Amino acid sequence: MAALIKHRQVVSESAPSPESHVLRLEPSDDPASVADKLAHVARVEVNFSKFGDGRGFSIGRLLRERYGYKGELRAIGHITRDHLFFMESVGFDAFELREGEDPHEALAAFDDFSESYQASPARPQPLFRRRP
Amino acid sequence: MYLYDAIDQRLVDERVRQFRGQTERFLAGKLSEDEFRALRLRNGLYIQRYAPMLRIAIPYGLLSTRQLRKLAEISRRYDRGYGHFSTRQNLQLNWPKLDQVPDILAELATVQMHAIQTSGNSFRNVTADHFAGVARDEIVDSFVWCEIIRQWSTFHPEFSFLPRKFKIALNGARADRVAVAVHDIGLHAVTDGRGEIGFKVLVGGGLGRAPIIGVVIREFLPWQHLLTYLEAILRVYNRSGRRDNIHKARIKILVKERGAERFRDEVEAEWALVKDGPATLIAEEVERVAARFTRPAYERLPDLDLGAIAVPGFKAWAKRNLHPHKMPGYAAVTLSLKKTGVPPGDVTAEQMEAIANLADRYSFGELRVSHEQNLVLADVRQSDLLTVWREARALGLATPNLGLLTNIIACPGGDFCALANAKSIPVAEAIQRRFDDLDYLHDIGELDLNISGCINACGHHHIGHIGILGVDKNGEEWYQIEIGGNQGEIRAGCKASLGKVLGPSFARAQVPDVIERLVECYLERRDSEAERFVDVVHRIGIEPFKERVYGSADQASAGRQRERAVA
Repeated sequence: MAALIKHRQVVSESAPSPESHVLRLEPSDDPASVADKLAHVARVEVNFSKFGDGRGFSIGRLLRERYGYKGELRAIGHITRDHLFFMESVGFDAFELREGEDPHEALAAFDDFSESYQASPARPQPLFRRRP
Repeated sequence: MYLYDAIDQRLVDERVRQFRGQTERFLAGKLSEDEFRALRLRNGLYIQRYAPMLRIAIPYGLLSTRQLRKLAEISRRYDRGYGHFSTRQNLQLNWPKLDQVPDILAELATVQMHAIQTSGNSFRNVTADHFAGVARDEIVDSFVWCEIIRQWSTFHPEFSFLPRKFKIALNGARADRVAVAVHDIGLHAVTDGRGEIGFKVLVGGGLGRAPIIGVVIREFLPWQHLLTYLEAILRVYNRSGRRDNIHKARIKILVKERGAERFRDEVEAEWALVKDGPATLIAEEVERVAARFTRPAYERLPDLDLGAIAVPGFKAWAKRNLHPHKMPGYAAVTLSLKKTGVPPGDVTAEQMEAIANLADRYSFGELRVSHEQNLVLADVRQSDLLTVWREARALGLATPNLGLLTNIIACPGGDFCALANAKSIPVAEAIQRRFDDLDYLHDIGELDLNISGCINACGHHHIGHIGILGVDKNGEEWYQIEIGGNQGEIRAGCKASLGKVLGPSFARAQVPDVIERLVECYLERRDSEAERFVDVVHRIGIEPFKERVYGSADQASAGRQRERAVA
């Protein structure tokens, strides 16, 4: 079982959610196609099938910003700590790391950067509207 | 120079820490080769033919002398005492050690520099006009807009893992000195009927193995919407760009496969949903960025009559290597890195320090890197020009060949690069030696000659008036020659174009002869001295040139047969 991080904490999943409550999106899926289901699911999983495949970042951001999804948004697939800062920025709050990645060490990666120039679900205003 | 504020600096420092951790994890076996490759590349670190290569970012080509001195120090301490300025206006070190790269980055951070996103499938350095801020034909100061785009494109959370690299060029002047039409996105400043500033947006241009001229998808984008519009383009690309084949992953392929119309419709539809959102630019931000740039304290000076300076050698240099300045009494000076016998774009640590001294004394402590791989002192008093010329000449930086055939753009080629099929540097040198008569060179007039060692086209051969491409045939190095390429509308009416291949390729030793024949053909056919090589090619086509090079059609086909027999 791959390591799981939720809300910046290492957790072990006690009981799997019933499948009907989980939506899984592949990199090529269009989040618009599931927009009307979002209110009824406990979790949306977005698969990052390859280390460098960045389509899931757009999917996550759109789910949060455009389709108003508020529930658990979990990144699964080929994920290492190097993705975490960006994934959290675009709205993911749960992460299944790839085999062999130490979740406790990975927690530090949420603080890889202390700021971000761009607007994102984590920082709805871009830096230029917040600069002191 | 744009001066970092505390946040800009912190992000660069944090990157150093992050990359140090990634390097340590790789060396400890916690990151696979493939994972580390994706991570090190987006920090400019390649594993090359003989050693790693580190590409250091010089955002939009602008450098302070403090930074240049640091680069000299780094190249001496961590490398072999020289560096290579690239066509993306960056600096490459060819011999750093993998485990020392984090230390190099830490050194760079002390002078507000980094290697962020200088490679990998991410946003690259924004190409800018090397005469930004001083050119007389300027509509906006490109540097301000390039810095706004630099910030937006640095560590973009949504677009850090794109299908492929992504290059933006921004041109703030009327003349296109940045080749907007051969970038993933080209932005050309324009004003509308009411004097409002905006950008013409081109998309899908590029060189490489599938060269293509970009298409205009918006004639006028008001400046406030620059970032939201870029975001819309990038979102369409990030979601729909091909990821199954690295050679089809650039945005140009998506634009081509979709068709420009449909692509534009998709972008406009996406933009409609993000337009006027929080990323919409505000005047305060543009002013803030502009105010963080240091500005030269110009004196009120009269324009001088440079023609009155009767010093042998100076006149030719002044004619080629000076560019008119918006301020009376000043000129922009190009220091040539194209001395015969020196690889184009290469500078030693000693030269870097000497150039820094020149820039401190004569150009307000700043300089620019041009995409033609030269350095520019943008703000020199005309009364200092003779002295600057003498000092530059003593340093081997006053070759009076700007815009001429020997101002060759060349990639590092097979001497360094693991991707190259053939060497570039010796070819450049052989051509420079053949055309060593300055009077003849000036008579030939403007001629861009670009050399790439492989199909990836780092030497921009497709947009040289003459382009040379190294190809591999059964393990031997051959050179294909094309003519008629043009980097952009530097003068009105001569648009960006891609060169056409002349015919079968040549052995290295033949290349200077071929160039000579092309030039002879041009000289015979031109209407006047004002008609440049490329203008003649566009007027009469490539056939007469082909005939001159290969002889009659019969001989050409015999040549092809010979070649097939060899191949």
